[in-house]
Amino acid sequence: MFKSGSIQSHLTLRDKIFGLDLTLVISMFLIGVISFFAMYSTDGGQFAYHTKSHIVRFVVFFTLFFIVSFVKLNFWYNSAIPIYLVILFLLVLVKYFGLTSSGSQRWLGLYFINLQPSELMKVGLILFLAKYYHRISSGDVNRVRYLVQPLIALLIPVILVITQPDLGTSFLIAFGGMVVVWLAGVQMKFFTYLGALFLFSAPIAISFLKPYQKSRILTFLDPSRDPLGAGYQITQSKIAIGSGGLFGKGFLNGSQSYLDYLPEKHTDFIFTLFSEEFGFFGSMLVFSLYILITWRIVNIGHSVRSSFGKLYCYSFATAFFVYVTVNMGMVLGLIPIVGAPLPIMSYGGSSMLAIMLGLGIVMSCKIHKEQPIG
Amino acid sequence: MLSSSGGGSKIRLIGRRMFIISAAKAIVVFSVVGRLISLQINESKKYKTLSDKNRFREWKFAPPRGVIKDYFGNEIASNKQVYQLHLIPENAENLNSLIFRLKNILKLSDKAIFKIERKISSQKPWDPVIISDNLTWSEFSRINLFLHELQGVEPIVSVARIYHEDSSAHVIGYVSKISKRDLQKKEYLRDMRAAGIRVGKTGLENKLDSDMIGNVGHKRYEVNAFGKRIKEVSIDQGKIGKSFRTTLDLELQKLSSELLKGKAGSVCVMDIYRGDIIAMVSSPSYDPNKFVHGINNKDWKELINHRDKPLINKAISGLYPPGSTIKTIVAISALENDITNTKTTHRCTGSIELYGEKFHCWKKKGHGIVDMRKAIKESCDIYFYEVARKLGIDRLSVTAKEFGLGKLMVDGFVEEKRGVVPNTKWKREKIGKSWYLGETLHSGIGQGYWQTTPLQLCLMNAQVANGGYEIKPRLVLNKEKDFVSLEQFVEDKKNFTDDTGFLSDIYSNFRYKALFKNQENINFVKEALYGATNEPGGTSYGSRLPKEFIYAGKTGTSQVRKFTQRQRELEIKNEDLPYEQRDHALFVAFAPYKDPRYSISVVVEHGGSGSKSAAPIAKKVIKKLLERHTFREKMFNEGKDI
Repeated sequence: MFKSGSIQSHLTLRDKIFGLDLTLVISMFLIGVISFFAMYSTDGGQFAYHTKSHIVRFVVFFTLFFIVSFVKLNFWYNSAIPIYLVILFLLVLVKYFGLTSSGSQRWLGLYFINLQPSELMKVGLILFLAKYYHRISSGDVNRVRYLVQPLIALLIPVILVITQPDLGTSFLIAFGGMVVVWLAGVQMKFFTYLGALFLFSAPIAISFLKPYQKSRILTFLDPSRDPLGAGYQITQSKIAIGSGGLFGKGFLNGSQSYLDYLPEKHTDFIFTLFSEEFGFFGSMLVFSLYILITWRIVNIGHSVRSSFGKLYCYSFATAFFVYVTVNMGMVLGLIPIVGAPLPIMSYGGSSMLAIMLGLGIVMSCKIHKEQPIG
Repeated sequence: MLSSSGGGSKIRLIGRRMFIISAAKAIVVFSVVGRLISLQINESKKYKTLSDKNRFREWKFAPPRGVIKDYFGNEIASNKQVYQLHLIPENAENLNSLIFRLKNILKLSDKAIFKIERKISSQKPWDPVIISDNLTWSEFSRINLFLHELQGVEPIVSVARIYHEDSSAHVIGYVSKISKRDLQKKEYLRDMRAAGIRVGKTGLENKLDSDMIGNVGHKRYEVNAFGKRIKEVSIDQGKIGKSFRTTLDLELQKLSSELLKGKAGSVCVMDIYRGDIIAMVSSPSYDPNKFVHGINNKDWKELINHRDKPLINKAISGLYPPGSTIKTIVAISALENDITNTKTTHRCTGSIELYGEKFHCWKKKGHGIVDMRKAIKESCDIYFYEVARKLGIDRLSVTAKEFGLGKLMVDGFVEEKRGVVPNTKWKREKIGKSWYLGETLHSGIGQGYWQTTPLQLCLMNAQVANGGYEIKPRLVLNKEKDFVSLEQFVEDKKNFTDDTGFLSDIYSNFRYKALFKNQENINFVKEALYGATNEPGGTSYGSRLPKEFIYAGKTGTSQVRKFTQRQRELEIKNEDLPYEQRDHALFVAFAPYKDPRYSISVVVEHGGSGSKSAAPIAKKVIKKLLERHTFREKMFNEGKDI
């Protein structure tokens, strides 16, 4: 512990660098390096488009991560609402100007990047709600009046994303938000009410959707409706992972991926490819790194004094953990295919941007843990 | 400092709730790790197999079939190079114009084009379609000339069955495409479904199919998820099918076929010691090559609707009453059963009244006083009515069965018929009526219910000729040389004129069954048959051969309809009857008479009398057979029998 109560409003760059959580940074870097190899393999053992652009993105966003972490936590606290609103505005823009790909309108075509605002909202909502609950006293948390605002803040982006349609991301956004609400101390009964409300309203909401959107949701709920789609993907993914065995088929030797049996191999199914080539030990290595990252974030949350920092770190750690396990559970055939990328490893700029921003703010909490908020 | 003020309880609450979340996380971690262990360690083998199944596709191709040769090594069925044309739709730039060009170059019919197009639409674009599996050389060279303009087609050199001549079509059989029924019947075909593979349908092609078909070769390709070939992984050339040498003599096959030209009938020749079937010809024949690439409708209709049924192997599937050829068996049966003796005489006046029915001899004027030798030599019906009457049908049928009638002769010929050896029990069971005594008389001259195949008659006669020993017919050479010792035994026996039974005992106990009680009876019949061919008045005297080729044979004429009294009085000649009503002509013989080696049976359907149309054919075949005897023996003695 630093000298208690002392106000260190001015940390030098050196202080900030030494304030970094080295374990977290190294773990991130290792996952980054592993993802280069995986991406190289998806390009068929060539240093081609996906590999190049993945490396560039990693370098850019990893640098961004450091920048974000050196910015005062107070800045992030103060900008939480504007950030949320900007992302929400982008989500609305997507509705009207978004690019459509494989039946889903998710991207904004900026000239340097196709931005997927829904990915950013994963972090934006957590940030927003952490600030909200930081500001109200613990006595007010369970008052209905104080529940309305977070509920609206949560529902608007979720509904916007569902109708893109993108069930996976909307679920992950909602989950991140709920975790903050839960950690803030909202009573269990409200979650029960909400769950019941969701169950009853879902069929009505679905009836308003367009037929193709409906069919997507129904397929999600019952994958056997579409055996050559979701079912086929799960089967092939399981074959790829299972056939990897203990030590894997070797780098660049994953026949399942090479022969195009794996769908979305550089995005959602990147872990499958890696697991096929590097086997059980490779998979455990990657999974351990993710667990390590989660653990470090929780640890940082533990050491932060402000409830904003704690709420943010704990929630982000949980959300991060869920991103990882939902993706793995999906490719391992434990849960239905929902379309959730694996943080850092999956190809995709917005996802990596969101994760790096999120982790950057976590690191900012660590560096500025003693600084007052507000 | 808002955060700190009053935040102690708030922060504790956050910590508590985080603890619950962490516990939940631990469960999730365990389930992910558990799943990894289950997939990658416990079930890894299963998934590896599935992955390989995903990865590899096999393209099977047919191996060359085994060759069928005659005894002297001449090929009867072998393989020839054929030129095929395959089309891979996805490689074609413009499929429609390509097909149009092929249509012009190969002069394909609209129907053929329609079939090809249907085939293309029914399979994946990278699977080859066979445009033609048997291009002529000129078509093949024309294709090669235009090949640079025909992107997507592949001329391929392959092998296909070829049959060198038609005389052996029935015994060899033919091959054709695999049908659903073949797959049901022949289990081994299930993993042999290669493009262009052919399966034996009849004859030896069918019998020896599992050995002759060989092992299917395959090319193994790595394919991607869309089934497109990425690279060849391995190639297995397969194994050429086993070749077989048969007991047949191609020269005799050709001669017999020649002699039967324009007639419906069959010729069978057998080695009386070894059971080797030296000739088995059925007429009319057909071109088995037509079946290899699928027979066209017109040719098929022609074969099916032909009056003389060219597809039937008459030697083993044609059923005929044996007529007078059965008289040797009637005589042996009667003598063996001590019903009569050779000296007993009967008076033949041309007909006889018995059981209120009138029975006729073929010779209207009658034979006068007849003893058994004369009865066989001149084929007196009246004499054999008397013998049969005393013998009874049941005892006759026992002897007939012992000599091979009513049995299947060759294994594995699905088309072979068993025939009928009538007796009282048989009639009760099959017809449901009791036996009439008059039917015994008809049976005594080989008419009535009898149904025999020419090969059965040939075997029956062979077993008389070899002195009454059981032999088993064979078509394919193998290592069993049982009948070599039978030959030796019969040879040895001549040196033991005062046979004490010692030698017979040894052989009969260990080797083969003697079909007689007293060999004198067999020898008596053989001697009587000598008379039938070589003494004036004998039924086949007209077809006798000079000294060095002397043989002995029995004619037979089997009626296909019953004469009415009126027809008999009008003395209607056989030639004047409609073809279908004319008698079948039969002849069985063994040669040479002294020291016999071969048995022959000739059947000419609706050929009239045995002496007029069957015996002359037999005479020519026997002459050729005996001329080739030393050649055959030479092959045998050089140990080339196996």
